[in-house]
Amino acid sequence: MTENEKKATPVQEEQKTELSRRSLFGATAAVAGAGVLASQLTDPIARTAYAAGSDAPIRIGFQVHRTGIGATYGKWYERTTNAAAKYINDLGGMGGRPVEIVAEDDGTDPKRGADVVEKFATQHKVDFVYGTLFSHVVMGSSPRAGELKIPYFVVSEGHHVASGKLNRYVFQPCITEVPSQIYAVSKWMFSNLGKKVAVIYPDYAFGYDHRDYSMEAAKKNGGTIAAQIPIPPTETSFTRYFTKIPRDTDVIYHVMVGPGVLTFVREMGEHFGSRRPEIFGFIDSLEGVDINSPGLDFLDGTYFWEAMPRYADGYPTAAEKVYRDAVGVNASGASKSDSKDVSTYSHMFGCWETMFAIREAVEQSGYRNKRDYPALIETMEGFTGFNEGIAHPQGPKVFNGKNHQCYGNQFISKVAGGKLNVVHRTSIEDGMYDSDVDYTKMSL
Amino acid sequence: MSAWIDNNFPLVFLALLDGSVTAFVLALIALGLSLVFGVMRVVNVAHGEFFMLGAVLAWACFHFTGNMPLLGFLLALIVAPVFVGGLAMLSDRLILHRIQYNPESTIVATIGLLYIIQQLVLTFFGPEARPVEAPIYFRVQFPWFGYSGYKLIVAGLSGVLLLGTWFLMVRSKLGLYMRATQQDAETARTFGVPTKSVYSKVFAIGAGLAALAGVLVVPIRQADYLMGLEPLLLSFIVVIIGGLGSLRGTLVAAFIVGISDGFISVFYEPTLAKMLATVLVAAVLVLKPTGLFGEEIR
Amino acid sequence: MNRRAPRKTAMLMAGVLVFLFLLQFILPAYHHSTFSKIMVLASYAVGFNILLGYTGLMSLGHAMFFSTGMYVTGICVYHFGLTGIPALGIGLIITVFVSMLIGAVALRTSGVSFLIVTLMFGQTAFLSVLYFDQFTLGQDGFTLTKELQPLVLGSTSFSYTDPNFKYNAAWLLFAVCLILSNLLILSPIGRVLIAIRENEERTQMLGYNTYLYKLFALTLSGTLSGLAGSVHALLFSYVGATFAEIHHSIAPLLWTLLGGVGTTLGPLVGTGIMHYLIDFTSGWTSAYLLIVGAILVLLVIGAPQGLMGMIRQKWMQWLP
Repeated sequence: MTENEKKATPVQEEQKTELSRRSLFGATAAVAGAGVLASQLTDPIARTAYAAGSDAPIRIGFQVHRTGIGATYGKWYERTTNAAAKYINDLGGMGGRPVEIVAEDDGTDPKRGADVVEKFATQHKVDFVYGTLFSHVVMGSSPRAGELKIPYFVVSEGHHVASGKLNRYVFQPCITEVPSQIYAVSKWMFSNLGKKVAVIYPDYAFGYDHRDYSMEAAKKNGGTIAAQIPIPPTETSFTRYFTKIPRDTDVIYHVMVGPGVLTFVREMGEHFGSRRPEIFGFIDSLEGVDINSPGLDFLDGTYFWEAMPRYADGYPTAAEKVYRDAVGVNASGASKSDSKDVSTYSHMFGCWETMFAIREAVEQSGYRNKRDYPALIETMEGFTGFNEGIAHPQGPKVFNGKNHQCYGNQFISKVAGGKLNVVHRTSIEDGMYDSDVDYTKMSL
Repeated sequence: MSAWIDNNFPLVFLALLDGSVTAFVLALIALGLSLVFGVMRVVNVAHGEFFMLGAVLAWACFHFTGNMPLLGFLLALIVAPVFVGGLAMLSDRLILHRIQYNPESTIVATIGLLYIIQQLVLTFFGPEARPVEAPIYFRVQFPWFGYSGYKLIVAGLSGVLLLGTWFLMVRSKLGLYMRATQQDAETARTFGVPTKSVYSKVFAIGAGLAALAGVLVVPIRQADYLMGLEPLLLSFIVVIIGGLGSLRGTLVAAFIVGISDGFISVFYEPTLAKMLATVLVAAVLVLKPTGLFGEEIR
Repeated sequence: MNRRAPRKTAMLMAGVLVFLFLLQFILPAYHHSTFSKIMVLASYAVGFNILLGYTGLMSLGHAMFFSTGMYVTGICVYHFGLTGIPALGIGLIITVFVSMLIGAVALRTSGVSFLIVTLMFGQTAFLSVLYFDQFTLGQDGFTLTKELQPLVLGSTSFSYTDPNFKYNAAWLLFAVCLILSNLLILSPIGRVLIAIRENEERTQMLGYNTYLYKLFALTLSGTLSGLAGSVHALLFSYVGATFAEIHHSIAPLLWTLLGGVGTTLGPLVGTGIMHYLIDFTSGWTSAYLLIVGAILVLLVIGAPQGLMGMIRQKWMQWLP
């Protein structure tokens, strides 16, 4: 574990410039016991022989938010997933078998989510279920995945997987969860922006993670939380909440979701004018939203967490470019065909990377059919991380096989000149914490 | 007490200011619902969707005029109520008329209408929340904090529209017909009031008012296809507390709800404020079913 | 209703229940588990129909009863480590209490006011779920996968996750609800309720305390809904705010209208058709809300009596 952390972090510099064939395609996972990042996947062509005899596609059931509150994210998750599937198929598929995506809408509703898992497993007879974002849908769907004993890979950034509330079949291998993001970025925030922080968060679901873990992070970093201000996600008028922020606050830490986010920012600007404290936000507030939208000029000079820089010059690696092109995103983070259609860039990379993580697990475990689920799960639990490369363009990941969660680098960007400019990249250690959750004790 | 007021004056001032703005907007949204109930005796559950359509059309106009805020806004002020009013008139002829305005069937049918409109907007407009620039924008600086000038304009325009509707009710022939139908549709019919067309027009005016509210509000928030439910529930609250069918009651109730919501949200928790409001509505309906100013309802 | 109607009814209901029971042996896996879910949700609709179909009161807040059962049972298991049956029992007792309380207040109104009062109470219940997030875990809710112990009956133990157990538990729940609703309709109380639906004032003049009868109907209706919620929590292992949302109050209305208001089999038929319709259409379009909306509109215009209502009108006048 520690061995790999050391290995996983310093990749940044060399990979920006030099990308060997190995680091491009050999994004890889290591077997835990050995503790080495063995990159045994060297040539994609050679691997085609690996699963010779069976060329039936590997079917991946994609639980997608086409309707409901998650629909904006769902649209981009679908584009990214299809791009990843195409890319993987061009490489020769998974273990020599082509990948087929079977997508079903879950309406961003946990009720329907569980039905969709059921449908994937018993009617579509897919190999894996994958791709859920909203954490309440993950909560609603995972019991059924566990009962049906079908591996379920989520791309949700929720703490549910690492918290130990779910079961052995649920993995979040390629997107860092919220508490870890908070630990990582607050360290920078407390030492660079100020010690006295007011936290504004949505009054539901992952807002509570921000409420609780920013408190923890303050303790760790010698800061104080001056106010905790919950706002209902359906709220449309925000001025009154800003009066709850004490005058001597150094930093406003905000994370908002829902259709009110632009108003939120605008009213924050109207309220404080030029006499504002430092402002640090989570990009969740503005995923899918153009930074140059009317009323957002107030954000100039404020900071944002990004999981992956929206603007191409933020993290210009060759792998990032391959990924960006494959999904069809331009240099400003919008769709190549419609510059008004802004992506959810800090989340959707998780889909791309998770597809490659599944491929990795399929190939290393020699997965052929449902009988191989235990082998596949144990292989996945044996992974200790993923190298940066085309398969993992966001950066390297440390993977904890016991709590089924990965941990990666985070970015901090400053808004200037109508775009987001990266000012800092956190290390993986910044977001690490002790976890005693152990799914491997649960039976398969 | 006075020391408390001194210490909290900025908060009290803000609660009053914000509450009043909320109240005007709320009154405008609820006005259409109240009018429809008053004259037609039916509850239109799709009312929030008409509001949403207004906001979405405002975005379309803004976009169509090449992102010119003022021109787009003025265009939307015409297009949105006409289009949404026409749609409402069509739904009245095709659906409500056929079920003879049976109160319960109307609720079910308008729930259906709600789903249909939502889905069509999702398909053709998309799931994103889309921003619309305010036609006039300035910031008002108070000693303690700043406030959006456009919000004050919205409050003013809402007031004008409320006055206009009241004027329509008391001065125009349609208004006379509407009041006659409201009092007794049977008798009105025997006196030659064309109740069928009055119903259509009232339904259209109610929807058009909701659409206008959508146009006014959209620069304050964004247009998105799920934005209708919240104003629907709030309108219910306002209309019931004020008394179904009473315009004066609607206005007074909007102020009660807006300002108390402002105070509870500023000093306590917003979710709690919403819970109290819903319980209050239930209590009003149970204890004083006519609301504060309403007439007997069935 | 002629004299032989009760016997015919008993035979029909027994036939339906035997059919549903036997179905588990031939259904493929997917439909097997879908039917388990449909029977639980249909029990919720049966509860709803007692109020709407046989008493004439339309509620837009029934999700509060469903979620009361679900949350009380879920919280008992999740926070207090109870096993399934005691948690179900506590859920049942509390739902009876809550239904009676809500009924006592809401029944002071009628017609459209009743509808809005229940809507508002339903909304309060939903907001409470969000507000008391230490217990409910807010919007996300919680799963019972790890906390729920298997059901021990004598020397055998049944896992709640076993598909056969699920099917039979769901069947048992539905059977209880269906039989209860039929018994109610055929009983003297049921006749008074129907009389209230047809004309409340006349029923009052005949000397019946209609308020008490309505309160009884609402309590039974809420209790069956809550029972369905409790069983849903245990069998499907998830408790979340989505079950308290307004859409979950509209759902049984839609199912009941489609299947036939005031027919005891209508809720099952409506729930089944709607579930499969959404399941089927979501495969090729995400626009299934459009279909739901269109069905609601067409039903009220063209067939307010629903499917079973049409069958009753055309062929089987004795159908309860």
